[in-house]
Amino acid sequence: MAMVAEDIAAMIRGALPDADVTITDLAGDGDHYAAHVVSPAFRGMSRVAQHKAVYAALGGRMGGVLHALQLTTAVPTSDV
Amino acid sequence: MTETTTNTRIAEIVQSNDVVLFMKGSPLFPQCGFSSRAVAILERLGVEYASVDVLQDMEIRNGIKAFSDWPTIPQLYVKGEFVGGSDIMMEMFEAGELEQLVTEAGVARA
Repeated sequence: MAMVAEDIAAMIRGALPDADVTITDLAGDGDHYAAHVVSPAFRGMSRVAQHKAVYAALGGRMGGVLHALQLTTAVPTSDV
Repeated sequence: MTETTTNTRIAEIVQSNDVVLFMKGSPLFPQCGFSSRAVAILERLGVEYASVDVLQDMEIRNGIKAFSDWPTIPQLYVKGEFVGGSDIMMEMFEAGELEQLVTEAGVARA
């Protein structure tokens, strides 16, 4: 069963309240998404640790119902 | 086969290959877009690498996720260290960090 973009964004924001989350439906089929997550909480974390934090927010759905989620993470480039 | 045995098998694979990609399918016939992208990055990088087709081995397919605490395939390991999945590979490749990693690790070029 697929997930809708808003559910994915809400779960990520639930675990990372400061995060700026952008979800793109890549194929328009509600099944292939790209998520871009920008959070100050990522500062000082390796890329692997940043991605694991997002996967943890998705509570085990990654690799399961969420097969096709491209993920990019970043720390904010400025504090404004 | 027990979980411990699978872990040992995976550990042996990542220790005995400087660069190894756990993927779906083979480099010639990837069975998933993410695995295909990972192969393309390694080809562009021009390094020698081993690959393991997890579709041929259910123990490894499940075990590799626990091994690295990473939920998806493909997974890249360099010198025994987990590097990331295809998204991280792409980010690192574009930033020149993957080139730096394999250069510093002293892995063989294809």
